[in-house]
Amino acid sequence: MNPETLRYNSSHEWVGIVEENGEQIAIVGITDFALEQLTDLVYMALPQVGTQLSAGDEFGEVESVKAVSPLYCPVDGQVVEVHQELVDNLEQLAQDPFGSGWIIKLRVGGNVSLDNLLDYDAYRKQCAEA
Amino acid sequence: MLTSQNTPLTSWHRAHQARMVDFAGFEMPIQYSSIVAEHLATRSSVGIFDISHMGRLRFEGVEASRLLDFLLTRRVTDMRPGMVRYSLMCNAEGGILDDVLVSCLKTPSDREFFLLVVNASNRAKILKWIQPHMAEFPGVEFADVTEDTAMIAVQGPFATNLIERLLPAKVLNLKYYRSIVTEQMSKPCIVSRTGYTGEDGFELIVRSQDALRVWENLLLAGREHGILPVGLGARDTLRLEAAMPLYGHELNEQIDPFTAGLGFAVNLEERIFLGASALSEKQNCAGNISRVGLRVTGRRPAREGCCLLDTEGNVVGEVTSGTFSPTLQYPIAMGYLSSALSRTGQVIEVDIRGSKTEAQVVELPFYHRTK
Repeated sequence: MNPETLRYNSSHEWVGIVEENGEQIAIVGITDFALEQLTDLVYMALPQVGTQLSAGDEFGEVESVKAVSPLYCPVDGQVVEVHQELVDNLEQLAQDPFGSGWIIKLRVGGNVSLDNLLDYDAYRKQCAEA
Repeated sequence: MLTSQNTPLTSWHRAHQARMVDFAGFEMPIQYSSIVAEHLATRSSVGIFDISHMGRLRFEGVEASRLLDFLLTRRVTDMRPGMVRYSLMCNAEGGILDDVLVSCLKTPSDREFFLLVVNASNRAKILKWIQPHMAEFPGVEFADVTEDTAMIAVQGPFATNLIERLLPAKVLNLKYYRSIVTEQMSKPCIVSRTGYTGEDGFELIVRSQDALRVWENLLLAGREHGILPVGLGARDTLRLEAAMPLYGHELNEQIDPFTAGLGFAVNLEERIFLGASALSEKQNCAGNISRVGLRVTGRRPAREGCCLLDTEGNVVGEVTSGTFSPTLQYPIAMGYLSSALSRTGQVIEVDIRGSKTEAQVVELPFYHRTK
């Protein structure tokens, strides 16, 4: 995914909408900035396929040697795929956070709104000020 | 508004992109690069730590050793220059006020003095605790030298190599838990062979104005060994692998030394000290809970505050420190567990934010360096 076309939570999750088999699918991950801040990842907890999530819901957590960080869902939708392999290969997450490091996919309605989320520029601005 | 205090090295840490946190009122580095990298550098090579936040209290005069003997759970009156002891300070109920290192030292002009290194988080409390007893031991010259000095730990298998190159040869002859007043580049320096990592190493106390030079000399001397500056993050994972208790986690005023597994640091024989009568009662009755080490199944660390459960789901203890061990590559934790269940090999469960995970009581320390 191209980071510039994605939308962001201020809590560092990204979301991109794609069409798969005629359905609107939201792909969700966490940003390179978040991963740089976390360092030393040791554990990741992910939701079950089928879980219904609303924007703002906690859907999992990433844990580093130092601390636990909850993951917050950026959009409403139902979990259709979970990137389970990441759990045993956290380096992949750190190496390619916007590509093979995706975390979950959600089925979202046709009129999904991303208006409440930050765009690329606003998100980078937030990181620069952090 | 309270602002945090700097150590003489805070600006160096900031200039080297350390992530800074407030710790007990001091602005301290939590990590420079990665906690795991800093941890492993200390285990395999050498790391240096700014530990200037630790409180340094100086006592001098004929009554100094008697005052400290009255305040501490271990004997001080028989200490000779060069000796260091791990000790505790307890309240009248036998609860732990702080765990400390006390050193007996001699100045170049042959004057004996004592140095008490206390936890940063307890310094104000300890100053207040000591104060009323000063009058009972007249002639003790007391000074809190924390802010006039800096403290740097050099830890790891190559620590001796660095010290060999930067300090007088006699320092290398220091045995474990021995200390000496010496010089680094003609400037005063107290060196002790102590540490909080489970590795061989030294702790240096220098004047504030000399701290930056000593720090940079150490980094330069250690460059060929891949030396890293180490933050509080790895200091915590290192001490946890070595099963060293940390005040505010394993130790507090509700815990007595025997429950904490620190009975070796209590000497009740023919001594009068604060907390002695409460401690002599506790010594002979087995406590309900004990400090244990736990190996947690899987990869998810159990953190401080996680409940320990028996097979029926009853709460039988609590985690006081937990992390993912960078050396052992599995989660480890220390905590207090019902004494009936605290035998090595006992399997229990730990509630990690709602999910019950199996854990086993293991012998401490988790990590033992090969000599």
